[in-house]
Amino acid sequence: MRNNDLINAEDSRSDIERQIAHRNKKNKRFKGVVIGATIISTLPLLFILFYIFRQGISAINWHFLTNLPKPVGEAGGGVANALVGSILILLVSCIIAIPIGIVIGIYLSEESKSKLAYYCRLAVDVLQGIPSIVIGIIIYEWIVRPVGGFSAFSGSLALALMMLPSIVKSTEETLKLLPESLKEASLALGVPYYKTMMKIIVPTGLGGILTGVILSIARVIGETAPLLFTAFGSPFMTTDIFKPMSSLPLIIFNYATSPYEDWHQLAWGASMLLILMILILNIISKIVQRKWKVQF
Amino acid sequence: MIPAITFKNNGINFKEKAFKKTLTLLAILAVVILIAIFFTLLINSFPSLKALGAGFFYDKTWDPVADEYGALPFLVGTLLTSFLALIISTPFSIAVAIFLGEYYKKGIVAETFKNVIDLLAGIPSVIYGFWGLFVLVPVVRVIELKLNLPPYGVGIFTSSIILAIMILPFSVSLSRQVISMVPDNLKEAAYSLGATRFEVITKIIIPYTKSGLFAGLLLALGRALGETMAVTMLIGNTHSIPTGIFSPGNTMASVIANEFSEATGKIYTSALIEMALFLFVVATVINVIGKQIIKRFTI
Amino acid sequence: MESAILKVRNFNAFFGESHILKNINLDIDKNNVWAIMGPSGCGKTTFIRCINRMHELTPNATTSGSMQLNGEEVYEMNPVLLRRKVGMVFQRPNPFPTMSIYDNVIAGYILNGIKLSKQQKDEIVETSLKRAALWMEVRSTLHKKGTFLSGGQQQRLCIARALSMNPEMLLLDEATSALDPVSTSKIEELIHELKAEYTILMVTHNMQQAARVSDKTAFFYLGEIIEADNTKTIFTNPKHEKTQDYIRGHFG
Ligand SMILES: Nc1ncnc2c1ncn2[C@@H]1O[C@H](COP(=O)(O)OP(=O)(O)OP(=O)(O)O)[C@@H](O)[C@H]1O
Ligand SMILES: [Mg+2]
Repeated sequence: MRNNDLINAEDSRSDIERQIAHRNKKNKRFKGVVIGATIISTLPLLFILFYIFRQGISAINWHFLTNLPKPVGEAGGGVANALVGSILILLVSCIIAIPIGIVIGIYLSEESKSKLAYYCRLAVDVLQGIPSIVIGIIIYEWIVRPVGGFSAFSGSLALALMMLPSIVKSTEETLKLLPESLKEASLALGVPYYKTMMKIIVPTGLGGILTGVILSIARVIGETAPLLFTAFGSPFMTTDIFKPMSSLPLIIFNYATSPYEDWHQLAWGASMLLILMILILNIISKIVQRKWKVQF
Repeated sequence: MIPAITFKNNGINFKEKAFKKTLTLLAILAVVILIAIFFTLLINSFPSLKALGAGFFYDKTWDPVADEYGALPFLVGTLLTSFLALIISTPFSIAVAIFLGEYYKKGIVAETFKNVIDLLAGIPSVIYGFWGLFVLVPVVRVIELKLNLPPYGVGIFTSSIILAIMILPFSVSLSRQVISMVPDNLKEAAYSLGATRFEVITKIIIPYTKSGLFAGLLLALGRALGETMAVTMLIGNTHSIPTGIFSPGNTMASVIANEFSEATGKIYTSALIEMALFLFVVATVINVIGKQIIKRFTI
Repeated sequence: MESAILKVRNFNAFFGESHILKNINLDIDKNNVWAIMGPSGCGKTTFIRCINRMHELTPNATTSGSMQLNGEEVYEMNPVLLRRKVGMVFQRPNPFPTMSIYDNVIAGYILNGIKLSKQQKDEIVETSLKRAALWMEVRSTLHKKGTFLSGGQQQRLCIARALSMNPEMLLLDEATSALDPVSTSKIEELIHELKAEYTILMVTHNMQQAARVSDKTAFFYLGEIIEADNTKTIFTNPKHEKTQDYIRGHFG
């Protein structure tokens, strides 16, 4: 009897041990799979960056940055007009989107429970999810068709519409985290509400708001689809925002899909330029986030 | 002594009211913009809606010269590329989300991978397309030759791969957010019962986050449906219904991108805008449902 | 004869449906220090927030009855102008984190867009900081951020900020409850000195503190003033049973 029991116990113990070993093995294998899949997921980025920098680095030089594109067949040429165009278009979209976005963000954080806030938040969410090509069509119908021509300004409006949601959200989220006591301190000093908001609340949240703004710029700087029917593109250098204007993503699209080797080269250069700008914007946003952190 | 300083008080009431009015007005503006977008699309779709009716979605021929506008090939192309992209990217995005939300939550490894994923999200669509055209297309061509298929290179498959890469960061960030919401005491309870990490992940975390992960996939799908530039450059832009995943095709977004500025004739333009309306409605429905699920989940 | 700077008559305050302050009547004389006491939740904070109309900032918060500052009906004044006359110091120090110590002191002027000469600014900063007994400690670091100071210093900075506006009345809501004994006694001394120029209302849970620094004490219980009298009388010869219980430490 006793012997029998012992044997059984022994048996089941080794059984359990085997089971545990099996489970541990499964555990390890799973971790391996997760890590493997994660590493594979990052490979495309490395491939893309590597390829673009390899192709682009030989294209980028002073000549490239300061010259206009040349007609097919002539070597050389640059992207000066697209660079200027991109910057101008973005500048105008910032002028439109930043104040409006911040003000809506203030509204949402201040009146967070009102009915209007609910609908406004919903609208902003939906706006964020609209495909960019649809935004292009909208601005075409609103501006380009009535005015009767493509213009950089209409492109700026399209990009502004795309920047707006993320500016609103980052503003709202930043301001919501500020303590109520900050606002009360200012109001108790006899500072009017609007000055309290603009001179205390917004400056205190500036780091977070700016981070959001910079990231939204980085996100739209490479947008092409909304510019196709708005800014349209132009082979000339122009600073008139009411005329069609070139931009980096537009020339990348046009040159990349052209059959000419020279133009591909320009497109690689422009791609690298664009990616560098996005990288720099991302780094700036990280710095702002860290340096501008307000200590309470 | 503190010097007696007089404050100018003119217009405080007015400015106070003006400020609050401005806040309210701009909040209303956001709602108005959205409504205006919807009606702009709807009204401009009328000619096509009237002329084509439901046939728009099941007619197979898109031939502007003959004034025939059947969007079925593009509908099929859009759904095919998006779902294929979702299928390709989901295992990876879940893996990365588990990696960042469970195995490596903090520290240099987590930071590095987080930054890489963020950068992946930051690369413009047009550059994905460009890279795909010069790197991915030749690779796919080789595969197609091996499989004895016509070596187009471009097509549904190529577009789906690029789309999969593009939506990955998006679904990762959503899934990670959801996974990090799992209460610690739930996990600890399981660990204290002797569960392995694998078991905690598959038996606690995944079931707990099911609806949130689903919402993440849904929102990623919404992204893929409307993605334009990369797809335009890689899909081949044919107007016939794709016959397989390696065949060229077209999506609604890329048809709009290719044809909108050259479209002549009321119905042609209107048919393109109807596609935009369709994309808008689908994206909005997906977005609202997805965000609702996530919101319910995070509260 | 002393003249009441603040007259409260049949005053009520509500948060939505709940009636927080019930029929409050009180006369606050000029240059007196009043201690407001009572168990937690009895409405002390609500009361002093009604005086500078911070109460109404809470959604659904309402009031009724009359409150007069120097004969002027508080609830008919512009709240912004009222708050310039009635300074407030909160339970937790809340200096403006984006401003230097210097700017924090004159924040009321900066934020209101008042142009001051350098000389005026220096004078206001120095006088206010001296009154708040902080000058000696920060005179060499005036351009550092206010949030680098210790909690007690931050609180005195907040007092200086309130004083810089030359208020007629100063409201302190448990201003020393988050501070160490040394900072607390500094602020108590300060209140003693400030009495000459200001009228002070302080909420406190610390009976010794009330006994040390106040001239008069009002005892609140469940939103009503049970007793309001000279501090000495309240502590040595309270008329009301509830007050006695509280003084003897039976609750609160
Ligand atoms: N924002 C609010 N909404 C609803 N009720 C509130 C709010 N703030 C305070 N109250 C209620 O009002 C009553 C009085 O609060 P008050 O803060 O004035 O008390 P207090 O005497 O200052 O207490 P303590 O000594 O704890 O600071 C309490 O019952 C409290 O629950
Ligand atoms: Mg209180």
